[in-house]
Amino acid sequence: MRVLLPLIVLLPLLGAAVSILAGRARVAQRVVALSVLTAVLGLAVALLFVVDADGVVATQSGDWYAPLGITLVADRFSAIMLVTAALVLLAVDVYAIGQPGAERSHVGFQSVYLVLAAGVSAAFLAGDLFNLFVAIEMMLTASYVLITLGGRLDQVRSGMTYVVISLIASVLFLAALAFTYAATGTVNLADLSDRIADLPDGLRSALAGLFLVVFGIKAGIFPLFFWLPDSYPTAPSPVTAIFAGLLTKVGVYAIIRTQTLMFPDVLPTWLLMVVAGTTMLVGVLGAIAQDDVKRILSFLIISSIGFMVMGLALFTVAGIAAAILYMVHQVVLKTALFLAGGMIEHTGGSSRLSRLGNMARTTPMVAVVFFVPAISLAGIPPMSGFAAKFALFDSVASSAEWWILAVAVVTSMLTLFSIAKIWIGVFWAQRDPDEEAPPGAGRRPPLMMTAPTVVLVLMTVALGVAAGPLYDYCTRAAGDLVDPSSYVSLVLEGGS
Amino acid sequence: MSIVMAGTAALLFALGTYLLLQRKLSRIIVGLGLIGHGANVLFVNSGERGLPPLIGEGDPADFADPVPQALVLTAIVISFGTTALLLALAYRSWLLSADDEVADDIEDRIVARRGYGDVEVADETLLVDEAELSPDLPRRASTEESS
Repeated sequence: MRVLLPLIVLLPLLGAAVSILAGRARVAQRVVALSVLTAVLGLAVALLFVVDADGVVATQSGDWYAPLGITLVADRFSAIMLVTAALVLLAVDVYAIGQPGAERSHVGFQSVYLVLAAGVSAAFLAGDLFNLFVAIEMMLTASYVLITLGGRLDQVRSGMTYVVISLIASVLFLAALAFTYAATGTVNLADLSDRIADLPDGLRSALAGLFLVVFGIKAGIFPLFFWLPDSYPTAPSPVTAIFAGLLTKVGVYAIIRTQTLMFPDVLPTWLLMVVAGTTMLVGVLGAIAQDDVKRILSFLIISSIGFMVMGLALFTVAGIAAAILYMVHQVVLKTALFLAGGMIEHTGGSSRLSRLGNMARTTPMVAVVFFVPAISLAGIPPMSGFAAKFALFDSVASSAEWWILAVAVVTSMLTLFSIAKIWIGVFWAQRDPDEEAPPGAGRRPPLMMTAPTVVLVLMTVALGVAAGPLYDYCTRAAGDLVDPSSYVSLVLEGGS
Repeated sequence: MSIVMAGTAALLFALGTYLLLQRKLSRIIVGLGLIGHGANVLFVNSGERGLPPLIGEGDPADFADPVPQALVLTAIVISFGTTALLLALAYRSWLLSADDEVADDIEDRIVARRGYGDVEVADETLLVDEAELSPDLPRRASTEESS
């Protein structure tokens, strides 16, 4: 069963190689990509059941024992993130094939997309910091290509911003790794969790803060998020959808993994609470000011990151379980919302609120496909958003942190307001008849665009219905995170 | 880590940071290269110094630490690849606009301009015709607005 771990990383890489060799044979490329992503989804689900039964699964590459070798570790947190990631990767690939746009005009789309999939999987399975660095770099390099696919001037401009900021984050990661290795002599996560406890307090806090900044740039916490609304909206819709769903969540995953495994109770609670609260508020206030559907949704990503950090800041099993549940829900939800935004742009011709209108009557399908994830984002039952937000608020209330609870409630109401703004602007209000219609308006979305969006929307509802067993799983995962002794002992005793 | 090595890494970081704050992408790329090299210098020096870690050179206890050296090789190759990608982006920008400046975000300027409203603005150059900023903005079907 331990062969599942490297297979999940290897299959997309092999698929990328085959896809490039297939060259201009588009059908072959699509078949390879879709079959690889389906296989990865199946493997991830199998891994989920194995990990839930055994607790932690680890394997050493090349049989070099930890802490020197490369360790791939799957615990419950990694497994659920892998399943969610595989699901949205498959859905967005189908959508990209259906949309006349980036995938059709570029030979390399499928191969780069598969490299992105491999990078994300490797990041969730990394058992040491340097492997995490390499995996994130793999993911980021693929994303640099995807975000500038098309080569228009505005894409190149926002691509520049994105690439430069991400490279700065990578260099900071290297510097943090250097300091960690100099202080402890190892980069293996399990080994570090033992050795960092022996370091002096000031050095521990410095390392914890440095890692928070590094992964915070990737995740998009305040005040490091400014690159996100600048660069995400100009990419093609499927690309923005997969970035919104996955890339920031890999950053949050890394924050949770390092803070729980390496620095338990090092950073003061008030620091993470302040970061979470400001992220939530600034994100949603930025969303309200925007005129473009994709930019509103980009700012709402930032706001949701704040909720996840709030769950982590509590450092209780309930808090981290709620954060994990919220992460799973947000991956599916944000992808669904951005795919719906892409459909709005396809059928309406533009994504600006001031140019669209009346789409509830002209294209009711798009209206429904947007409405359901939108109310899930606002937290209305019976969608998954309600379950996830309720779990978060409940954990905050049981830790008696009333200020952050008030901020979270206000943010939720403002989120509802910004969602309503999109709904009214795009679907309900009449467009100004003096203005000319945007070019390309009135196209019907093809089935391959509608189908994956509908599947993801149904997943949002299903996650809400299945919230009970899912939350129990997340509680078990959070228990493993708060008390990592089983993780550490399994990895260091040589998972061979 | 000796003071010379730490000082070298610090100097590289400082120079790289200064260049990163420039407008032109070519200078930003040089700055990123310097910062990357600074991080690599830092990383290599985080291991022990000693003899070359090859079998037959001497007592293994006196060897230099090979692990950070191996890790830095990976990091150098990664930064080489991403620098190549950035250079391609800069060249593309040059082809499209004869310039490689990292420009402001147009949407931010549009949102900020909406805040001026009907206020008298002393500096008329701030009032840019919105239609020029982005082709996707609403325009009147019958008459073209110009400011």
